[in-house]
Amino acid sequence: MSGIQIKNLYKIFGEDPAMALDLVKNGMGKTELQDQHSHVLGLQDINIDMREGGIQVVMGLSGSGKSTLIRHINRLIEPTAGEVIVDGVDVLGMSRSDLRKFRAHKTSMVFQKFALLPHRTVQSNVEYGLEVQGISSSERRARSKKWIDRVGLSGFEDNYPSQLSGGMQQRVGLARALATDAEILLMDEAFSALDPLIRTDMQDVLLELQSELKKTIVFITHDLDEALRIGDNICILRDGGIIQKGNAQDIILHPADDYIKDFVKDINRARVLRIDSLMSDDMTNAGTLKLKRDTRLDDAARQMQEADVINAQITDASGKVIGSITLDDIVNSMVEKVEVESTV
Amino acid sequence: MEWTEFPEMEREQLRDLRKAIDGGFREFTRAYGESIENALYPVEWFLKHFENLLLDTPWPLVLIGLCGIVYFASRRPWLTLGTFVGMALIGYFGMWEDAMKTLAMISTATLGSVLLGIPLGIAMAKSDRVQTIMNPVLDVMQTMPSFVYLIPVIMLFGIGKLPGIIAVIIYAIPPIIRLTNLGIRLVDKEVLEAADAFGSTSWKRLTNVQIPLALPTIMAGVNQTIMMALAMVVVAALVGAPGLGQPVLKAINNQFLFMGVSAGMAIVILAIIIDRASQAYGQRLQSHREKGH
Ligand SMILES: Nc1ncnc2c1ncn2[C@@H]1O[C@H](COP(=O)(O)OP(=O)(O)O)[C@@H](O)[C@H]1O
Ligand SMILES: [Mg+2]
Repeated sequence: MSGIQIKNLYKIFGEDPAMALDLVKNGMGKTELQDQHSHVLGLQDINIDMREGGIQVVMGLSGSGKSTLIRHINRLIEPTAGEVIVDGVDVLGMSRSDLRKFRAHKTSMVFQKFALLPHRTVQSNVEYGLEVQGISSSERRARSKKWIDRVGLSGFEDNYPSQLSGGMQQRVGLARALATDAEILLMDEAFSALDPLIRTDMQDVLLELQSELKKTIVFITHDLDEALRIGDNICILRDGGIIQKGNAQDIILHPADDYIKDFVKDINRARVLRIDSLMSDDMTNAGTLKLKRDTRLDDAARQMQEADVINAQITDASGKVIGSITLDDIVNSMVEKVEVESTV
Repeated sequence: MEWTEFPEMEREQLRDLRKAIDGGFREFTRAYGESIENALYPVEWFLKHFENLLLDTPWPLVLIGLCGIVYFASRRPWLTLGTFVGMALIGYFGMWEDAMKTLAMISTATLGSVLLGIPLGIAMAKSDRVQTIMNPVLDVMQTMPSFVYLIPVIMLFGIGKLPGIIAVIIYAIPPIIRLTNLGIRLVDKEVLEAADAFGSTSWKRLTNVQIPLALPTIMAGVNQTIMMALAMVVVAALVGAPGLGQPVLKAINNQFLFMGVSAGMAIVILAIIIDRASQAYGQRLQSHREKGH
């Protein structure tokens, strides 16, 4: 089986994790464990199946265990219990040297604060992973050059990280990660330290690269907007546990609890929701405009306005009509958001 | 019970203890003194040849060489000019030879301290146990009056250059050990994680990340070590180390004020030159880290 499977993963920080593990398995929560036994519950009973070639987003507030979770995938952190399987291989069973090879060839990582080597130039930073792989210097040069170009940093090869802006430094971080050709890209709040405009830029860069590279990406963020924009699949963490898994639609339409509702209320729903979430079978007044089922609401509204219609047919990927939608429904679903806000 | 008298150890017991320890160390000296001295032969060899090199080379070449080193380390013209004037003054006042001997000795001591101290500092940074053991040892080394550890050094090696340089190294090595340890421990955790995440071996992590990132702190340690080595020049002269300490000793014994002050000034001049040049070098090493965006 390919992709990444995480099964019954627990991580407890403290003197005696095994003792604490029993308590947690018997239902003790993070606060209690902290107060009564001064152990920190990092992760509890995590189960995720990450698809090969997709982007899995992990979202949660600060301290919810996101960094701890992603560091289990390349075993920068040893679990207290559980399994991590990557491409069918048990990461936790690897010897030290197998693990080093796995990290050098299979996975690469992008960090929140960039984690570049300050004494090395851009070029030499991007070459780092290739150097570890033992690749000759001429090939390193060629391959790093290619990725420096791809992230838009041509001409900055000989600069030092401190001479670059935050956004540019993270481009270096991204190029360094991509240069090793690893299939798995681990991104721990990679864009969180950037200004909003730069962040959107970087999201675009990532999505564009991904449409071509089809890597298995694990993307950590504390920002729901970013999560919805980037992720095929999203899982939400709180106090070390997963409280909801699903795609963007699921999470907006069916938030699992108040914690998630809180996140969701400020979201521009029309940009995330697809028209098939509002689809009706009533074809009596469907009009002639045809829209694909995965069209977002905002896009659909714009197209209906441009065509000057208030009804449209919804088609599936093959073009077959499967239902209809009205402009009213779209507007109503947007207004619903405002109501939620005004009641808070 | 008499509360004004502290209950002392029996006189005889004390004498026996003293005899046992002194005798024991003398035994040790007789048994191992020579092999230790042989083991330290490279230090002596380096010192002798470096000293000869400085003394046998015509003084203009040495002067130009020194100014060249200072310039390339610091890229500061005024410091270079100052070096020229300072060294010229030392020579003019008749202390050229002694200054060369001192220079050879502190260079050797510094090299020895760096070669020994950096690995020790690394070991200390890698293991909390080693750190717990090393810290009190370093405290003792730094606070024990230097005359006290001259005693076993003299017992082992007698009088001469080697005991002098050993005494200097013992006194000067703690800062480089401490600051190497500190520098490595302060390296950004995320950068270390990055090195691990790309599959670095611990050797690659040490040489590519930890040492380069700790380098400014390590350089500060080297600088302090050099300064402490210079401060030991006079004490080392007591056990026979040649150089600018000798005229100072002579001046103390004979109350030669001018001789004492001028030799002292020569040490100060050397100290300032080496301090400024090594600091400027350290800053230049990390200049690209400080440039803003
Ligand atoms: N090495 C550690 N020792 C003790 N507690 C830790 C350690 N690392 C993380 N934690 C704790 O585990 C929890 C999750 O941390 P983290 O994974 O860094 O959260 P996030 O990345 O979501 O902000 C936090 O409560 C944090 O304090
Ligand atoms: Mg984090």
